[in-house]
Amino acid sequence: MSTTTQPATRRGFDYKKFLANNGALVGLVVLCIALFIATPDFLTGQNLLNIGIQVSTVAVLAFGMTFVIVAGGIDLSVGAVAALSAMVSSWLFVSAGLPGWLALVGGLVAGLLAGVVNGLANAYGKLPSFIATLAMLSVARGLTLVISDGRPIKTPAEVSFLGGNLGPVPMPIVVLLVAALVASFLLNRTVIGRSMYAVGGNAEAARLSGLPVKRILVTVFALAGLFAALAGLLLAGRLDSAQPQAAAGYELDAIAAVVIGGASLSGGLGKISGTFVGALVLVVIRNGLNLLNVTSFWQQVVIGLVIALAVGVDVLRRKTRNS
Amino acid sequence: MSQQPLVTLQNVGKTFGPVTVIKDVTVSVYAGKVQVLLGENGAGKSTLIKMMAGVYQPDAGRIVVDGKTVTLPTTRAAEELGIATIHQELNLVPTMSIAENVMLGRMPTKHGMVDRSALRNRARAALSLIGLDIDVDTLVGELGIARQQLVEIAKALSINARILILDEPTAALTRHETESLFAVMADLRSRGVGMLFISHHLDEIAEVGDTVTVLRDGEFIAEVPASTPEDELVKLMVGRSIEDQYPRSTGAAAQPAGTQPAEILAVEHLSSNGQFSDISFTVRAGEVLGIAGLVGAGRTELIRAIAGADHYDSGTVTVRGRALPKGNIQAAIKAGIGHVPEDRKGQGLVTGASVNDNLGYATLASTARLGLADFAGQRSRAQAVATKLRIRMHTIDQAVGALSGGNQQKAVFGRWIIAASTVLLLDEPTRGVDVGAKVEIYELMNAITAAGGAIVMVSSELPEILGMSDRILVMRDGKLAGELTAAEATQDAVMTLAARDVDEKN
Repeated sequence: MSTTTQPATRRGFDYKKFLANNGALVGLVVLCIALFIATPDFLTGQNLLNIGIQVSTVAVLAFGMTFVIVAGGIDLSVGAVAALSAMVSSWLFVSAGLPGWLALVGGLVAGLLAGVVNGLANAYGKLPSFIATLAMLSVARGLTLVISDGRPIKTPAEVSFLGGNLGPVPMPIVVLLVAALVASFLLNRTVIGRSMYAVGGNAEAARLSGLPVKRILVTVFALAGLFAALAGLLLAGRLDSAQPQAAAGYELDAIAAVVIGGASLSGGLGKISGTFVGALVLVVIRNGLNLLNVTSFWQQVVIGLVIALAVGVDVLRRKTRNS
Repeated sequence: MSQQPLVTLQNVGKTFGPVTVIKDVTVSVYAGKVQVLLGENGAGKSTLIKMMAGVYQPDAGRIVVDGKTVTLPTTRAAEELGIATIHQELNLVPTMSIAENVMLGRMPTKHGMVDRSALRNRARAALSLIGLDIDVDTLVGELGIARQQLVEIAKALSINARILILDEPTAALTRHETESLFAVMADLRSRGVGMLFISHHLDEIAEVGDTVTVLRDGEFIAEVPASTPEDELVKLMVGRSIEDQYPRSTGAAAQPAGTQPAEILAVEHLSSNGQFSDISFTVRAGEVLGIAGLVGAGRTELIRAIAGADHYDSGTVTVRGRALPKGNIQAAIKAGIGHVPEDRKGQGLVTGASVNDNLGYATLASTARLGLADFAGQRSRAQAVATKLRIRMHTIDQAVGALSGGNQQKAVFGRWIIAASTVLLLDEPTRGVDVGAKVEIYELMNAITAAGGAIVMVSSELPEILGMSDRILVMRDGKLAGELTAAEATQDAVMTLAARDVDEKN
């Protein structure tokens, strides 16, 4: 081993440090135990599969969002891009008559392109990412309505397969796990992933060290667009149709998941595993409140408090660690 | 002069944890006098003024105002006694008007609303105290730095400041602007305001000061008249001869007699509109080329253009005979250039990221295979260079922002050592670095040139330029004003070239 200077953590497991660094995970476990005690319906196979299916859309969106937030930006367009991608795919199949698999790829490409446009506007057009993606939110949602004329369009079988089952396992869960592995690999192992942390931490220092900051930013938004497209297809596949109002407001869930997962909105921090846990926290709370017959109105209040609590604890933790 | 001082720090001391920053220092400010505080970076000047301004509390000694011992628990307490500080980084809100800035925190109101006309009148009265005639509705952000400073002084005077602490007010000013600031200071002096003045420009001391307090390593060294010759002041300030402090060993020793070392970097007719024009020079293997000049002479802009960080209009940059494309940092790095920028925290480091990551950014792509980062290799390279440069840290995974200034700077150097850079462009390489780490950085420069590398160093610290350079270029208003060999160079010779234009005008 090359680390020679960490005597405390090398022998045995440092519980304190683990707890401090994985607050969201601890919260999730506590939440699950509480729900297990509160209602017998929580820990059933069917309910867990439901949670898995529900978390798939949010988490896949949030993985893409993680890239953007780590690189110091924000992407408000992911929900609208998800809807647009699904709609493009269905339109290519129904109206343009393309084979189903090609329509599916077309949907992914649509999301990728929307992301590239976001990235170009941000990196080269110097628009703040908040503004560039706010514009894209409106454009993408508008285009979705234009293409569909405001009506749902049936998905090709290939897209519906994404919403179906693979043996006993729902496909969305399979897609979710694959997406998590790919996203984590990209962020942790590749040059582009490591560069995202540098750009988010200090873009000018990254640039002066020779990192191609603009290209990195375009890639980051392109990835967010691609993951949004995948999330959109998952959602459409479950419903067997692309809905013009699908995934409206999901960008806020995605941001919440990333932030609960420990990323910093000022950039340079964040992990896919954290985001995964963050998405699970959101979905498990909703699921649990449903099982406990809490109205959706109150659910929103609770979710808001959880976000504030998660970030508040995180800020406090960083403050005490630094002083 | 048996006059009672306005304020005295009497035998004060200050320690932070195990480090004693100030030990038994006494300094007084008299009405109508300019007291100069002189010392190297890290000598304790800023700690001292922070005690006078109510930011820090002394651990030993006492503070006496108008003959009475006082405590200054807050800056507000200091202000109430008439002590105001003009910081290097100004405390103004750029998006608000001059009037609003002057009256910030004590806006005149009428029926609970801001009384605009009273606001303007009182701000105008404040500006007239220092003879500043500008529209008080102008946004502060639209003013130049010199005017902003005057607004800050007016603001201080309008809250009845009798003692002004001026922390390096001339650092960012042109010669001309400095002259007008000095005129204002002379006027304030005649009206009985006491001032504590800090400057790194030794020539300003005799011009504006009355007496000088010299500090070294947190201790009081001497109090001398401001008319003391500059060499004398330097000797008091540094406490040893410059040769010991700047251990330059020329790389030329390794060169066989009679041959010239190879030319590594050649800059020809480089121009960038409004920043610098027609700059040409070459640097040979084993050489340290110093670039001196006043702040605003275009030195940083030149260095950044050579490094590919900014575009330029015309001219060429050649490394080992190969011309570099404009504004292309990656190409410059590939050619062997390493850039240590002026602002370490803002431009040099990702302070929240680990030492390991920071050391590896320049080589992240070049050491990767199929787009995958080389983690194990990076770690061992970083570990090796951190050991070699003696970067003091707990672990290599520690955030670089938690290290001291000197160790942070070594991390920036280390990045280029890992990248095997052979042409280092250093911009203020020892700014905010303590004396011990400074010497380590100089030794590192020696090692780089001894290994056949070349160094271009921009510095505002003249002793550093004189002590470490083999050749010195002096820039003035974006042009080369002259070139001096190490033997010819003296503070006077450099300053004459750097400021000649102004002297001719006057």
